[in-house]
Formats: sequence, C-alpha cells, structure tokens
Amino acid sequence: MNENVIHFVYLASVACFILSLKWLSAVPTARRGVTIGVLGMLLAVGGTLLDPSIEHYRYLAGAAVVGAIIGVPMAMMPMTAVPQRTALSHAFGALAAALVGTAEFYLRTPNLDHFTMVALTLEVILGALTITASLMAAGKLQELLPTRPIVFRNQNIVNLSVLGLAVVIGAILIVNPGLAWLFPIMLMLCIVFGVLLIMPIGGADMPTVLALLNSYAGLSASMMGFVLNNKLLIVAGALDGSSGLILSIIMCRAMNRSFGNVLFGAFGQVQTSAAATEQKPYRSASAEEAADLLSSASSVIIVPGYGMAVAQAQHKVRELFDVLTKQGCLVRFAIHPVAGRMPGHMNVLLAEADIPYDKLLEMDDANPEFPQTDVALVIGANDVTNPGARHEKGSPIYGMPILDVDKARTVMVIKRSMNPGFAGIDNELYYMDKTLMLFGDAKGFVGEVVKALASE
Amino acid sequence: MNPDTISNLFVFLLATFLGLEVIRRVSPLLHTPLMSLTNAISAIAVVGSLIIAGRSETTLSGVLGTVAVAASMVNIVGGYLITYRMVKMFKKREPKKP
Repeated sequence: MNENVIHFVYLASVACFILSLKWLSAVPTARRGVTIGVLGMLLAVGGTLLDPSIEHYRYLAGAAVVGAIIGVPMAMMPMTAVPQRTALSHAFGALAAALVGTAEFYLRTPNLDHFTMVALTLEVILGALTITASLMAAGKLQELLPTRPIVFRNQNIVNLSVLGLAVVIGAILIVNPGLAWLFPIMLMLCIVFGVLLIMPIGGADMPTVLALLNSYAGLSASMMGFVLNNKLLIVAGALDGSSGLILSIIMCRAMNRSFGNVLFGAFGQVQTSAAATEQKPYRSASAEEAADLLSSASSVIIVPGYGMAVAQAQHKVRELFDVLTKQGCLVRFAIHPVAGRMPGHMNVLLAEADIPYDKLLEMDDANPEFPQTDVALVIGANDVTNPGARHEKGSPIYGMPILDVDKARTVMVIKRSMNPGFAGIDNELYYMDKTLMLFGDAKGFVGEVVKALASE
Repeated sequence: MNPDTISNLFVFLLATFLGLEVIRRVSPLLHTPLMSLTNAISAIAVVGSLIIAGRSETTLSGVLGTVAVAASMVNIVGGYLITYRMVKMFKKREPKKP
C-alpha cells in the first residue's frame, strides 16, 4: 500500500517538474514555474521519506542542514558571478550522482546484471568527470585559474586516451562486475579527464561548456534512475540532460562551430600571430562629442558584451538608457546568444539593472533594425560585432552569425584600447569611416556621457 | 533484460523528447534562469542519496550517501532561490514611456 502511495507522489512530482520548465519559457509565467518546481522537489523528498526502509533521520537532517547552509550564500551571489556559481552547482550535482553510484557499486558488487552495470558505469563516468570539469570551469570563470586556453603537445591524444582507458575499464566492469579493484581506477581516470577537458577551453567558449556540463549532470542523475529502478530520477535527469543539450547546440550554432571544435579546438591560440599587422587609421571621440551625437539621435541600439559585466557598467548603462529615453530617443539592446559567459547572462545583468525586458532584442530581431538606427553603441563586445565574420574566409570566426552593427548610421565602440579581443582577431569595424572609438573604462565612460547628456 | 528496464528505457526516451520540445520554447531571455532551474531539478539525485544514506547498509554507503544528501541539498536550496531571484528581476517598463 505504502509502495503505491510513493509511486503516486513521484508521479505528481514529475508533473510538477514538467510544468515548471514549461512555465519558465516566458517571463509572465516564470515565477509560477519556480514555485511549482519547488513543489515538485518537496513531493520527491517527501515521497522518498515515506519509504519504510529509510531510517537514520538524524544524519539525513544534519546533512540537509549543512547543504542548506552552503546553498543559501550560493544563491545570494551577485549576478555577475552567476556563471561560476552555476559551474559550482554542476559540480555539487555531479558529486551527488557519482557518490551514489559508487556506494551502489560497492553494495551490490558482484551481483550486478550487465544492464544495471552499463547505467552505473555511465552514471559514475559522467558524474566524476563533471565534478572536476565544473570545478575547473568555475576556477577559470572566477579567474583563480588562467582564463586563456592551456595547451600542450599531443593534448587531444592524451585527453582521449585517458577517457578511452576509463571507458575500456568501464566495459570490463560491465562484463565482469566482480573486479571491484578496477572501479577506483576508473573513477580516478574520469576525475583527471575532467581537469584535462577544461584546460584548453577559453573564456568565450564557457557558455557552451557550461551548458554541456549541465547536460552531463542531468544524464548522470538519469542513469542513477536506471540503477535504482526509479522513474522519477530517470525523467527529471532526462529533462535536465535535454535542456543542457539544447542550450549547447544553440551556443555552438551562435558561434558557427561544432561540439568537437569547442572541446578539442583550443580556440584563439592559432590567431595571435596574425594580429600584429600595420596600424590602420581610426577615429576616436571624447565623452562630450559622443553625448552630442547621442542627443541628436532618435534611435539607439546598445550592444553589450562581457566587457560591460567586467566593468560593472550595467547600472551606468541603465542611467544612459533613462536619460536618452527621457529625451524621446528609442533605446534598445541587441544581445548576441554568446554574449557574456553563460547562456542568457547579459539579459539577467540588464534585468538586474532594472532595464525593462521588452527592450532586450535577440539577434534575429535586432539585425533588421540596425539599418534604421542612428547610433549603435557597442559596450565591451568585440567578436560578435566583427563584420569580418561575413567574408574573411581565413578568420577563425568566419561564418559566425554576428550583430549587424556596421549597418547603423553611426557606430560607437567603448573599449579600453585598440588591443584585439579574446580571439586575438582584429575587428575591421573599428576602422570604418562611420565608427567612433571611445577609449576608456566602460563604467567611467558611460558615466561621463550621462553627465554630459544631463547637463545639456 | 527485465521488463522494468524496458519500461525505464521508454520513460527515458519519452522524457528526453519531451524535454527537447519544452526547452526549445524557452525564450533566450531566460536562458540563465533556465540553467539554474534545471540545476535545481537535477538535484533530484537527492532521492537516490536519501535512499542510500537512509538505509546505510554499510558504513561506506552511509557516509557516501550522507555527503550526497548534503551536496544535493546545496543545489535544491541554492538553485531554486537564485532562480526565483533572477526571475523576479525581469520587469516590463516601469519608467514612463516617452
């Protein structure tokens, strides 16, 4: 009887999770989505605790309290730190899955059927590599580790042999689950592979990698469902896995690159030599001159990039938005899918700065608007505005969909200096006749422009 | 292969396709909250952790399970809280229209 109750509670929980994701698809229903997601989780935990074989409540409660104590500050991090926070929480999710898999293996070895062993091996491999990969990603995003790609000779061969060896050991374990001594070796290899996987990944590829790790953590939980014969785990994990998969496909498409290229391509290292060429002329302007141009514009599109987040300029940008809007100017934001360090990062930062979300345009909606726009103001974005992506066949970003900033009547670019961006690619946008370079720190410069506009 | 495995595979397949369809519709505006929400949902590993820790059949499984409960709990609490914080920030225009 109790058994049936648990199944129904789980069923309700699954329905909650599906609705939760469905309602998150649009802003008006998004809060409801979070609430029902919480309900789903409460049902899942409550249903599990109904199981009479579960005891030791004191330890469980203790562990839950410890988790909550770590979880609350992690939820209070500033929005600029959300990418590293997300990476860190992938590590926690993967840790749980890998630990449960390990415990389950030692409980049941050698009495594991082959199919269960397949699921268990996948759970542990995905879980273990995601732990260290996520920690590495978090370290890079927090700049505790060098953000440049770290490369060495034969890197891909080394990486793939480590993973290959882990998979071979996994296969041996599937055939013969009694060889328990092999298990820790497989575990270690995956932990090492996680580190190796992220070493060659640079900052601009982080959105894809974060999404991919999201997918791995979900799949690992789903595999746990097969091991424990628990459909709730299977469904919730699969939802998660598909979400991460979709996001990483979107990110790859936005960069015109394949998964393999992101993971094994070590973007950026090839190009550095080609960057140092002759000095081409460009025009620069002061904050006052920029303010003059902006005050006579009737439409402005602001293109924010990671540089805006680094400079913490989003609140100044909002002041600029307010001043210009008050003067009757139509101000909107064009957001490239890979702007920032995780999917949707720019939107959250701008929303936090109280910029109404209906002013945030996706790339496909923004591009037709540029030709009718007086000023395109680029703040801390570089490669996603490079017209070279359309025609320079030799460029590493060739074919990448870009924001058509160069079609606006005037282009302004706020930038620290003429140094090329992350990918080390020179941006021909900067040398166009209609482009004004505004040199300075994004936050300071926008502040000066706002002051100049306000005093007019 | 036992019948449970087969039905589990059906469930997995259907859930994956359902996930792809549902997530495809999520506005890029909300991709960051989506990631933190799915993060919280992947803390469903708490179910397995509770079972392993609650049964504590061996000391090893008890310890590993308890740590897993704590790790999942981090994501449940942290994931939902930050998602809620983010979703709350998305507002329509509150400054007056020109």
